[in-house]
Parts: sequence; structure tokens; C-alpha cells
Amino acid sequence: MSTQQGAPLIAARDLTKTYGRTGAALRGACVELAAGEILAVTGASGSGKSTLLHCLAGIVTPDEGAVVYGQRRLDQLSEADRTLLRRTDFGVVFQFGQLIPELTALDNAALPLLLAGTSRGQARERADAWLERFGVRGQAELRPGEMSGGQAQRVALARALVTEPKAVFADEPTGALDSLAGEQVMTALVHTAREAGTAVLLVTHDAQTAAYADREVELRDGTVLEVAEAPDLAETAQPTEAPQVTEAGHEG
Amino acid sequence: MSTRHVLLGLLATGPSHGYDLKRRHDARFPQARPLAYGQVYTTLQRLVRDGLAEVEGTDADGGPERTRYRATDEGARELADWLGRIAPPAPFVTNEIFAKVVVAILTATAGAPADPAAYLRDQRAAHKARMRELTAVKANPDADLATVLSADYALHHLDADLRWMTTTAGRLPALTQEIQHP
Repeated sequence: MSTQQGAPLIAARDLTKTYGRTGAALRGACVELAAGEILAVTGASGSGKSTLLHCLAGIVTPDEGAVVYGQRRLDQLSEADRTLLRRTDFGVVFQFGQLIPELTALDNAALPLLLAGTSRGQARERADAWLERFGVRGQAELRPGEMSGGQAQRVALARALVTEPKAVFADEPTGALDSLAGEQVMTALVHTAREAGTAVLLVTHDAQTAAYADREVELRDGTVLEVAEAPDLAETAQPTEAPQVTEAGHEG
Repeated sequence: MSTRHVLLGLLATGPSHGYDLKRRHDARFPQARPLAYGQVYTTLQRLVRDGLAEVEGTDADGGPERTRYRATDEGARELADWLGRIAPPAPFVTNEIFAKVVVAILTATAGAPADPAAYLRDQRAAHKARMRELTAVKANPDADLATVLSADYALHHLDADLRWMTTTAGRLPALTQEIQHP
């Protein structure tokens, strides 16, 4: 379980973001991500989850409020500085389509290192190790179109983690996958992030995906509701018992 | 849940003592309530009474004498029949969460100190905490297949409960309105 002591890795305070005339996506959202913490952000579609992720990852800037990363105000950096920071300190994974179709899995995973100036040989070597960790080394020479959705998503995770970022932002990473492929992706992400000490901000509408996180916050109408700590389970029930489900059978 | 068919199924894989059956049951159903010895022996006696199992012999191995049971042909037929028979899909909608919400709405509209919205919020938090717990159990690289299967089963049901609770929380104003002004 990740700790929450000390300063958070990233903190968002009172974020407001309005898109066009459609109304506010965020209205005073506050959230903190601790170093090494896996935090799920859940909520109905249109609740502002993705917008929150985009603000925290420095992809967009909020209209109002502050995004603090270390000593820096992410929301006050120039576009160029934010891009640079994203390249070195953050990794991003989306629901689909983020791999470059013309490149092999290995070259896709090596790309962030190449952009950061690492030599091609070294970049490929390190990318190879990350493909291995995500169990897709066997697909290294395949192009995205030649892989299953789950494999492509694990290559995308390898690419997000190849620079050993402080935080990975994952927006519905299992949204396009069946439940078994989704489970493999989440298991790989959680194990690898914990091993590397990388914080993960996981946006999902799916409770089973959110359950991989250490903690969950829920967005409703653009504000963050802390999901209350569960009441002491030891007092209310025995948690090792099978849950009581509606009887679908009968004593024979 | 039919303990007698589960035990019959375990016996079908080979003759067994009561103690071994309990041990094998608990290993195959790791998240279930462990089977009590007393229940195992009572069930075995009923299986013998009904001709579905029989005593094969006794072993001592230097310790106390233990009776070894095996399934009969009739037991094998009964087991096959049970395995192929579909379970009635939710014949009765009875569940503690569901009952509490209904009663909370009824009593709250009558002025009693009940807060269905607060209850749903707390119950959802408890469900989510349990889901994180089960997911950690399942994601452990050492988890065996029986553990993964039972965690999956519980997770899917908890998820279904959660969806129902979310929907119901959204319906509370309309439900309350309907009860107050039928």
C-alpha cells in the first residue's frame, strides 16, 4: 500500500476547465497523487475524468486552479516546457491507437528514448527489457496491426514506462479489451509500476479495473469526491466469507 | 449450494476419508466458508443412506480408525444429473442490500431516522474496498486457479451490486416521490 506521507508527487487544486459552450468539464477539482501511489479516478462518462487526467499530465492547462509538480506549476509552464517534461517525467497510455502503425513493437517502445536523445542501440536494448517485463517480447518485431488488442496495449505500457517516469497516466487502458486481456494489462501495469516505484493515475469507468488501485476518487459534475474509507469490515462482516449472492440454486 | 453434490463430486475423483474430503473442499473453494467436520460426516451418512455412496473400508495407519467412502453407480448418475441441471436463474430477488434500501426508503418517507443515500454511499465504499482486497488476492503471482476463479466470481457479483447501487442512488428522489405520493 502506498503511503501518503510528505508532499504529493502531483497536486491539483481547484481546477476549472470549460470546453466551448458545452459547459464545464471541471469545477473546482482537487486531487493529490503520492509518489508510487496507484490512484483510480472513476465517474460516469462526462464527469470530467479525462479532463482531469489531461490537466495533471500537462496535456492541457486548466482555466483556473493550480497543478503543482515538485516545485513547479505545471499550469504555468509553456507548451514546449510541458512537452519536454511529459517526455522525461511522465508516461501516457490511452484506450487505443497510440502506437505508430508503421513501426514494430520494439521501435514503438524505444521511441520515447530516441526522442530524448538516447542512441538507437541503447534505446532498443532498454525497450526490449520493458517488452519482456510486459510479456510481449515475442511480439517485438510485429507491427501493431499484427498483434491482439491486449498485446498492443502492453506494448503501449512498455513505451510509457521505458523512460522510467515518475508517473504514468492511463486513460481507460482496458476500455477496448475483453475482460481477460484487460486483466493481463492491469496485472502487468500494477506489478511493473510497483516494482519501479512509478505512480499511476488510472482513469476508468469500470469498478473491476479501479480495484487494482490503492485508492479511488470519484468525479461527479467536475468535482472530486473522495470515496469514503470502507467502514471497518471486521465489525460488519467476515471478509473472508463468500459474499451473499442471490440464491440461484437450492439445497439438493 | 448443495454440499452433498459437491462432496459426491469430490468422491467421484476417488475414494476418500471424511477428513480428506473437508481438506479438498476447502482447497477447491478457497474463498468459501470452510466446511465443518460435523457437516461432512452428516452429509456422508445421508449419501450412504440414499445409496449414493458406500463404505469401501477402513484405514488405521497407526492412528484412529478412519472410514473410507466411495461413490456408487447411482451416485455417479445423480452427480451427472446435478451437473447438467441448470440452476434457476435468480428465482427470488432476495438480498440484504436490496432489502435494506427498500426498507430505508419506506421508513425514511414515514419520518423514521433512515438515510438510504448515506447507506448506499457507505455500502458502495465497503464493496469497493472488498473488491480491492480480492483483486490483490487474484493478482498475486502465486495465486492458484481455485483462488483466481473464486475471486473472479466474487468480483463480478460485487461489481453487479455496485452497478445496482449506483443506479438506485440515482433513482432515490423518484422512488421517494412515488412512495410519498402514490
